Order: sequence, then C-alpha cells, then structure tokens
Amino acid sequence: MINIRTKKYVISKVLDAFFISVNRAYLFVIQFFKQVLVPPFHFSEIVNQCFEIGLRALSLITLTGFIIGIVFTKQSRPSLEDFGATSWLPSLIGIAIVKALGPLVTALICAGKVGSGIGAELGSMRVTEQIDAMEVSAINPFKYLVVTRVTATMITIPILSFYCIVVGLLGSYVNVRAEEATSFIAFFQSAFSTLHFLDLSTSVVKALIFGFTIGIVGSYKGFYATKGTQGVGKAANQAVVMAMFLIFIEEVVIVQVSNWIRYF
Amino acid sequence: MENQNIPHVISHDEQAIVIKDLYKSFDDLEVLKGVNLTVDKGENVVVLGKSGSGKSVLIKIIVGLLKADRGEVTVLGQQVATLTDKELNALRLRVGFSFQSSALYDSMNIRQNLEFPLKMNRKTMSRREIIKAVDEVLEDVGLRDKMNQMPSDLSGGQRKRIGIARTLILRPEIMLYDEPTAGLDPITSYEINKLINEVQQLYNTSSIIITHDLTCAKETADRVAMFVEGRFTRIGKFEEVFNTDDEQVRSFYNYNFIQ
Repeated sequence: MINIRTKKYVISKVLDAFFISVNRAYLFVIQFFKQVLVPPFHFSEIVNQCFEIGLRALSLITLTGFIIGIVFTKQSRPSLEDFGATSWLPSLIGIAIVKALGPLVTALICAGKVGSGIGAELGSMRVTEQIDAMEVSAINPFKYLVVTRVTATMITIPILSFYCIVVGLLGSYVNVRAEEATSFIAFFQSAFSTLHFLDLSTSVVKALIFGFTIGIVGSYKGFYATKGTQGVGKAANQAVVMAMFLIFIEEVVIVQVSNWIRYF
Repeated sequence: MENQNIPHVISHDEQAIVIKDLYKSFDDLEVLKGVNLTVDKGENVVVLGKSGSGKSVLIKIIVGLLKADRGEVTVLGQQVATLTDKELNALRLRVGFSFQSSALYDSMNIRQNLEFPLKMNRKTMSRREIIKAVDEVLEDVGLRDKMNQMPSDLSGGQRKRIGIARTLILRPEIMLYDEPTAGLDPITSYEINKLINEVQQLYNTSSIIITHDLTCAKETADRVAMFVEGRFTRIGKFEEVFNTDDEQVRSFYNYNFIQ
C-alpha cells in the first residue's frame, strides 16, 4: 500500500499547486475546443444564454457607451481647437471608439456583469451538487453548462460591442451637434473616413476574443468552485479580476499584432 | 454474519454491486481502507456510520464521480474504473443517485427538473410520452400537485421526494441514496423510509442507503453494513449487526437509537 503521508512535492506545495492549476486551466480550454464542434449542440440553451447575457449588460452598456461618447468629445475639443483641427473631431472619436473604447468598455462591463454571473451560477451549482447530479444522469455538464455559455459570450459580446460603438458615436454626435451645425450623415461619414477594413476586423476579432475570455474564465472559476457559499463568492470575484486582467493583456497583444499586419 | 474481508464470489446474474478491497484517500486523509461489499439484486443494503466518516465517498466511486486509489467496483457486471466515458454514461442511466442536498436544478421548476434527464437521454421520446412519464413518477412520490412550483418553494422532505423522482424517471436498476433522512423531522423521515421501500417494490431496484439514522436503517435495510474507520466492521441483518460487544458499534446504537 502506498503510504501517502510520505508524499513529496516536486518543487514546493505552493508552486506545485500553481502549476497544477495552470495545467487544469489549460485542459479546461482544450476541453472546450474539443467539445464545441461535437454534437449535441444545445442550440436552445445557447440562445437562452445569449438573451440572458445581452439583457444583463444592455442597460449598462447603453449608459456607459453614450457617456463615453459625450465625455471623450468634450475632452478632445479644446486640444483640437488649439491646433485649429476641430473638423477632425469625428474622425478622432471614430478611431478611438471603434478601435479601442467600444470593444474594451463592452468587455470590461461584461466581465463585471456577465463573468461574475457565470462564475456565481456555476459555482453555486457545483457546491449544491447540481453539476454532480447532471453527471450521474449521464448528462455532460461541461457541454451543457460551459460550452453553451462560452459560445453565447462569443456571439453576444461582439454584438454588444458593435452596439456600444453605435451608442458612443451617437453620444459624440449629440455633443458635436450642440456646438456646431453638423448633419448626422456628415458626422458618421467623417467618423468612418479614416477607418480601414483592418481596423473594423480587428475590432470584431478583439470582441470575439474578449467574449471567449469572459465566458471561459467565469465558467472555469465556477466549475471548480469549492468550500460552500464562500467559495461561490470567491469564484465570482476571481472571475471578474482574472477576466479583466486577461482582457488588458489581450488588448495590448491584439493592437501590437494588428500594427504588425498594417505595416507588413 | 459475513466477514467483510472475504469478498463474495462474483456472480453477475445475482449481484448488482460488488466492491472489492477499495481504498481512497484525500491528501493525508485515508477515507476508505479496504472496503468489501456486495449488493444482491433487489436488495436494500444500508451503510451505517458516523457523519463525515466517508460513507458518501463509497457511492460516489460507484457512479464514477470519484476515482478509487485501489480496488475494484463492479456494477451490473461492469468494472467502473475500466469503462470509457460513453460506457460509464450508459451505466449511469441504470443507476439512480439521490443526493443528500437533493441537488434539484434551482433555475428549473419541478416539471422541468424531471423532464431534463429524459430530454437529454431519451431523444426518441415524444413530448406526450415525457409528460406521461413525469406525471407517473410524480404520482409515485405523491407530489403531482407540485409540478409547476420551483424547488425553492418546497420543504426539505418534498425536495428529497422530487430528487428521488428525478432519478426514478430514468427507470434505474440500482438506487443510491445519500443520507435520505438527514435534516428531516421524524414524520417526514418515516415517509421517506416508506418511499424507499415502495421504490424497491415498485421499480424492483437494488439499493445502497447511506445514513447515520438508525430508524432509517431499521425500516429500510435487508442488510446493514456498519462502517467504522474506513472499513465495514459488521455486515448482516439489523439485529445481528448490533448483537455484539464491540464498543464502537454498541455506542453507535446506544447513543443514536434507543438509549
């Protein structure tokens, strides 16, 4: 019989635990890609989750997007006036909101609203044995709970991101219109005049990656929650912190890669 | 009385579950230390022991929720540890598991809770057949009037009943009950015990009932297995198990049941 009391750690208890958790996260992601393309697809649950996620974040994104449009325009105007370049204002706002602020703000809001929700929901299901109950009923909980939620965030967050861009530009237009007589069409034409296909596609890819990150981090933290209600709170909290941290890193990497592509 | 160290000779026709020399540890804590047990077809075996002694670990290994460190678990003629995911899921459809916490899906109402395993596993069933199956099983557990309520609206005893109904809807051959009467008042416990016996007769199931409740053990057991410090110390009829001078077994009886 193996005497487990003499078990030795490879490096140390803490480092071993860290590498084990990294490996578990890696396997969790691999598991997602293995299962996402294999039936059954649970379409109705994906649609259900899309509505849940969309409704959870819509009001906050509307408010935040609109305010960002107004505030960014207000703050940019004096600097541009110094150079006599206020006509560039719509283009500047367009670049800022489409390329950076729209997807980033949407992702951060969703990390808070949606990521924590997924973490708490799955965490609660884990500690109340609902996930085990699925497993013993021969239902694949990973497929039903994780794959559907991650797919839903990957569908919904690009849509919400587009919505945030539109609302942000509307906010900006409201501010510009208050200062000068610019038509709605002229403003939007000017806002998009300096944007290229690469900018728009980068924005979409970015939102897609952010969506994946929010879904997978929330699901991972919830799926492996332990220690009762305290563990559920911890899972929700860690889901937000970890997702936001990864989103900022991804933002830097994506911008860098898109710049390489641009100058290639 | 059986000697738990001598495993039964496996006869797949008569035995629903055969556990041989099972070991399980969590970090430094050894929970199962060489467990042997057989459950015959149609038999209710009660595993009796203190709370937190690791009794539930045993049934979680039986359904493959946990993996044993060492030893063999054969369920309906299949060795659980050697099964592929697909084979394990096929086996799980034949084994019902009633959780201590009931584990009802709290985002679904009672009807949806019962329909869910059918929709996921019996794809060929029509909507009408599913409704009929739900009605029947709710009738069997006496809670047909609760089908549109949410789990949070039910009492502890009702939740237990619905939990049992959700496993019965797949018509299992084996039922595993994890602390079915824990946290319930004596009258509700009596009703649950009665339900366990009714399930055995109506559905012709073999069962393992994990409990620390001696009343539950006495009312539901064909055999009792006394779980002490990671292994079964005595297995047999209720009266036989407690007809001993073993201090640990006697004290469990004296302090839990009839002082």
